[in-house]
Amino acid sequence: MITRRDLLKYAITGIAGLAVPTAAIQVLSSKKIFAGKGNVSNVRWIFLVNTYKCVGCGLCVKACKKENEIPYDANVTRTWIERYVITKDGKVFADSPHGGRDGFIMSKIYLGKGRYQDIKEEDISKAFFVPKLCNQCDNPPCVQVCPVGATYQTADGVVLVDRTWCIGCAYCIMACPYGARFFHPVYKVAEKCNFCYHRINKGLKPACVSACPFSAREIGNIQNSNDPIAKIIKTERVRVLKPEFGTNPMVYYIGLDKEVR
Amino acid sequence: MSSHVFRPLFVIIGLVGVILIARLFIVPEDFGVHERGYMYGFYRKSNENEWKAFPVKYKFNNEYCKACHTGQYDSLMQSAHANISCENCHGPALGHPLNPTKLKIDKTRQQCLRCHTHLPYPTSNRATIRGINPDKHNPDIECFMCHNPHKPNIGAFRGGTQ
Ligand code: HEC
Ligand code: HEC
Ligand code: HEC
Ligand code: HEC
Repeated sequence: MITRRDLLKYAITGIAGLAVPTAAIQVLSSKKIFAGKGNVSNVRWIFLVNTYKCVGCGLCVKACKKENEIPYDANVTRTWIERYVITKDGKVFADSPHGGRDGFIMSKIYLGKGRYQDIKEEDISKAFFVPKLCNQCDNPPCVQVCPVGATYQTADGVVLVDRTWCIGCAYCIMACPYGARFFHPVYKVAEKCNFCYHRINKGLKPACVSACPFSAREIGNIQNSNDPIAKIIKTERVRVLKPEFGTNPMVYYIGLDKEVR
Repeated sequence: MSSHVFRPLFVIIGLVGVILIARLFIVPEDFGVHERGYMYGFYRKSNENEWKAFPVKYKFNNEYCKACHTGQYDSLMQSAHANISCENCHGPALGHPLNPTKLKIDKTRQQCLRCHTHLPYPTSNRATIRGINPDKHNPDIECFMCHNPHKPNIGAFRGGTQ
């Protein structure tokens, strides 16, 4: 037996549910589908990290958190620094306490759970710092998985999150192979680095780039042939993180090592 | 067929119409496919401007501080610390000196140890910064008591114990 009230209730929820993805039954021209391929704008932001220059001071992380209102003491951050210490017998140690927010003020390596590893100076074969941030991939997997169109790529290549639209399902956090996304503890939505979109659009550099005293972090526009950073990327030996994922990252590194993941 | 089939059917068709019209109002006009195509560019366009309007906090321009803090500026810019931006040690300066009227001063040892803990890393520029062992180099005394942060040069000591 179905009552009148039930019929109305089921009909309203059912139709409302179907109406949400009506975009899925839109007829799309192939032109629209391939619109995003190739150069759609004369600005394409790129980032260059020089791991030789980085001293692990963490001033970039500190500035990023303050500039972008990421709760300072929460253990989440848009950019972070990893320390790699490789010993002569081939062991790899890596840590990033608080994302490197306070720098690396101890020579001991943090192993987690309050344990530390001492490494003797003469045992180190190489050691260096690797700053990380969102790669603003050309094929962003995080955007593909968003069920509601809350994360997207702008014409200049930056991947943004629409805070009013995000439902906090965290698919994108799982989809990012670089772990660049996290859950914002205050707004309860997905959060990530956006190259300080508000600064680069006012002619300023991202907070982390300006904060770095050693020019280990630089931003440029690959579409501008006179851009000094674009020149370095085109003419020098640079690498990206996890190229095998096919994400085509836009953050390039000088001095990456195979131990860096 | 009798009215007990048609009546609910009309109700449902009516509901479809009402809900689709309501949807038109709820979904913003600028929500749809944009420059990056269907796969990466399906979003609400006005969100771009919302992000562009996010407030800037750091000036990162030492020249701005020069006029009012000439002493600190002049000595810092001639020192080994010349490439460290003032705001790295004093916090975001937007609005200063109106609001906030004073900037914070990070006087902690940690602020200096970021760069000066001795880390002998052969393939990193860290090894080129003169380092100290924080447990042995005058522990418990803040660095600025002996070193001038704006003029760290050894030989420009402030009284201090040594
Ligand atoms: C228009 C002038 C002006 C400019 C520009 C300015 N300040 Fe100030 N600043 C002041 C005044 C006035 C005070 C308050 C001094 C006082 O009360 O002793 C102050 C206080 C400070 C203090 C606290 C000093 C103390 O003794 O507690 C710091 C640190 C500081 N400024 C740093 C900066 C930095 C860094 C910049 C550049 C980003 C800057 N200021 C730019 C005028 C200025
Ligand atoms: C390496 C960190 C560092 C940098 C960079 C730095 N300061 Fe300071 N600043 C300090 C510390 C630490 C003190 C507190 C010193 C003291 O009390 O003796 C201080 C004190 C001050 C004061 C208070 C008056 C004084 O001299 O004690 C002012 C004003 C100031 N700084 C302005 C500036 C300006 C302007 C710049 C950039 C040109 C700058 N600082 C760069 C660390 C820094
Ligand atoms: C961003 C990194 C950084 C921070 C933070 C920093 N320094 Fe330095 N410091 C340097 C560099 C780079 C040099 C120059 C290389 C050298 O001489 O070792 C230097 C040099 C020095 C020297 C030697 C200067 C000379 O020419 O003899 C002293 C002393 C010093 N710093 C003290 C401090 C103190 C005190 C603080 C905290 C207020 C501080 N530093 C914060 C990077 C930093
Ligand atoms: C009690 C005073 C005092 C305090 C506090 C102090 N220092 Fe020093 N520091 C000295 C003296 C004196 C020297 C020069 C003699 C020497 O090389 O030991 C020196 C030297 C240095 C040097 C140069 C080392 C070299 O190899 O040339 C650095 C870098 C330095 N200090 C950083 C710091 C930092 C960072 C702090 C805070 C964590 C600090 N100092 C706290 C007195 C002090």
